[in-house]
Amino acid sequence: MSKKTPTLDRRGFLKASVATSMAAAAPMFFIQNSYAGSHAKTFRNMPKADAKSVTLGFNVPQTGAYADEGADELRAFKLAVKHLNGEGDGGMMNTFKPSALKGNGVLGKKVEFVTGDTQTKSDAARNSAKRMIEKDGVLMISGGSSSGVAIAVQGLCQEMGTIFMAGLTHSNDTTGKDKRRYGFRHFFNAKMTGSALGPVLKEEMGTERKAYHLTSDYTWGWTQEESIKETTEGLGWKTVKTVKTPVGAGDFSQYITPILNSGADTLILNHYGKDMINSLTQSVQFGLRDKQVNGKNFEIIVPLYSRLMAQGAGKNLQGILGTTNWNWALTDDGSKAFVKSFGKEYGNPPSQAAHTCYVQTLLYANACEVAGTFYPPEVIKALEGFKFDGMGNGATEYRAEDHQCFKDVLVVRGNDKPTSQFDLLKIVKQVPRSAVEYEAKIFGGELGPYKV
Amino acid sequence: MDAILIQILNGLDKGGAYALIALGLTLTFGTLGVVNFAHGALFMMGAFCAVLFNKILTISKKVKDESITFFDAYKETPYLEIWWGDTGTAIIDYSVPLSIFFAIPVMLLVGVIMERGLIKHFYKREHADQILVTFGLAIVIQEIIRHFFGANPIPTPAPEIVSGSAAVGAFFGLNENLVYPWWRLIYLAFSLSIIAAVFAFLKFTTFGMVVRAGMADRETVELLGINVQKRFTVVFGIATVVAGLAGVMYAPILPPDYHMGMDFLVLSFVVVVVGGMGSLGGAVLAGFMLGLLQSFASMNEVKAILPGIDQIIIYLVAVVILLVRPRGLMGREGVFED
Repeated sequence: MSKKTPTLDRRGFLKASVATSMAAAAPMFFIQNSYAGSHAKTFRNMPKADAKSVTLGFNVPQTGAYADEGADELRAFKLAVKHLNGEGDGGMMNTFKPSALKGNGVLGKKVEFVTGDTQTKSDAARNSAKRMIEKDGVLMISGGSSSGVAIAVQGLCQEMGTIFMAGLTHSNDTTGKDKRRYGFRHFFNAKMTGSALGPVLKEEMGTERKAYHLTSDYTWGWTQEESIKETTEGLGWKTVKTVKTPVGAGDFSQYITPILNSGADTLILNHYGKDMINSLTQSVQFGLRDKQVNGKNFEIIVPLYSRLMAQGAGKNLQGILGTTNWNWALTDDGSKAFVKSFGKEYGNPPSQAAHTCYVQTLLYANACEVAGTFYPPEVIKALEGFKFDGMGNGATEYRAEDHQCFKDVLVVRGNDKPTSQFDLLKIVKQVPRSAVEYEAKIFGGELGPYKV
Repeated sequence: MDAILIQILNGLDKGGAYALIALGLTLTFGTLGVVNFAHGALFMMGAFCAVLFNKILTISKKVKDESITFFDAYKETPYLEIWWGDTGTAIIDYSVPLSIFFAIPVMLLVGVIMERGLIKHFYKREHADQILVTFGLAIVIQEIIRHFFGANPIPTPAPEIVSGSAAVGAFFGLNENLVYPWWRLIYLAFSLSIIAAVFAFLKFTTFGMVVRAGMADRETVELLGINVQKRFTVVFGIATVVAGLAGVMYAPILPPDYHMGMDFLVLSFVVVVVGGMGSLGGAVLAGFMLGLLQSFASMNEVKAILPGIDQIIIYLVAVVILLVRPRGLMGREGVFED
């Protein structure tokens, strides 16, 4: 038997070349129309070519102390989805500019959503985000009411290559030392709160005050204390003492009693949610607001307000200064359109948490339209440095260096003459964006890579 | 001296709350032998009795709010104010103290239903089973409350007349600026009265004597033909009412939310363990002792020497007591020692 040696003739070579080329081109043929762009790249949860819809993941506290805030965020998300799909009155879609949104979903695909429960616990939030990414195939995660949770979920999203549009998170760290390429924050932060409050504090309380801080013992509390301290000391105030309190302390009386004899004439409550409601209520009960110290009226400041906190604190909040990201009483066209749409749908005005979640959803959808693809690195590039208006708070920019939105900040005061059950906070000043800007490098941190 | 006086008052006031909750817990354990992890939820239900009573008093007429033009919003005026003017306003203002009369029958009913419907089936089961079922019950109660009232704390203020502070400094001949909230002083007096009433009931009534005898030696009392079980069921109801009243009066101090019971549950168990399982006197003593220790540990001067001591002091004491005297300060010999 003779052994046949394989040979390659010219015809064979040509056949093999054509076959190889077709095989190599085939995946490109299938992929290129699988998402509405021309980027020949695959990515996690890439929609199929014939998919009629895409899914977003809304990760909000549905149980736990922030469940009410989470419920309001969810209402806003549902409204945003409705508007993106061309239903309802369109809300801010009518005022947002420059907008590439068409009201036919995103890139022609209907928007659907799944929800997760963060429980305002980092582990639970990461698990629910992971579940939505892996099992539900979501393209984007949004929501949340805590900086601890936002930072944890943002880290996960970076690892998994899924964009995270943060909900309510106010710690400097979210877009500071813990910033991530895949994380974006529309909400303002503690540094901006300090910059906005400073001039108002100077005008109303002068430059010779002695401040005492009670601070929630976690990332948000620490950064807020640092930022407010920096501001007040810049005004000439002295810091008498800073005291960390455990989250969920309930009864703060043992932390309030030492203030009575501390010589301080101002109490700064770096608390949020239930902690703030309790510490403020108890501070007022201890007569702090009726005291005269160093020849001045004792003052309490709550740097970060929310409407739900205002509801919980009741009359104790009246006359107390703080800041918010947004308020439903703003009269710009965007705010009015959103409040009208939300109010019609749910019978009450939106909270600032609802506002930021609604805006984040629209911004993500718009970035996909601008990029012409769902491919995350391109969507990220469309968001970085994006300048827009018509979403409340005036002209806004998503700064490319740290993914922090810069816009006007509101200094508010607990309303002592409310005209309605919703009229809890009165806008004292709309501080222009230029007054709250800072250099991205001051907080350090690295965004990380586009491709993961 | 000013700071010491304030911390003593604060410690007593905290201790009053701890003692009141721990007292009910100890009554349940001492009589029925049940470790009731739903006791914190009963405290929370008490606070929500105050909230619910306030809501009943403020049932309102809705009128379109013309100040809001974006959507249909309504202003609410309580019918009591419409019908009775200032008298109606005053009744609403006093809703917290008035809700005591609402809470007593409600909590008694809750206690009896809980004992007859669930707890009695677990008398002869392991403590672990009792803990599991009562803890589960606590979660169910919490979620029901959250469903109807939401997760956000609900402001439930004290009557206007006692919403400010008392000049305790002037009273004790110290700094005139030294003040302490009226309602916290009222709470302290209230908790002392309830504790005294429970002790008097057990000490000076025939019913109480039988209960104490049953706690000491149930078998012998039953051999005398007395239905101890029936009396213990009533005691469970009393423990429920005590927890509920502690919650009602605490509502102005801590705006009620569905989770407030859990925050107190761990603390009150520590109080019971330190005082001695089943010892009523021990629970009261430990309640006030731990309240005072926690208050003094929170002084900045103390924290300067021992940072973070305010957050661990109670548990540190519990560890030491369990190591040195496992039966607790006033616990009966043999309980938790074998």
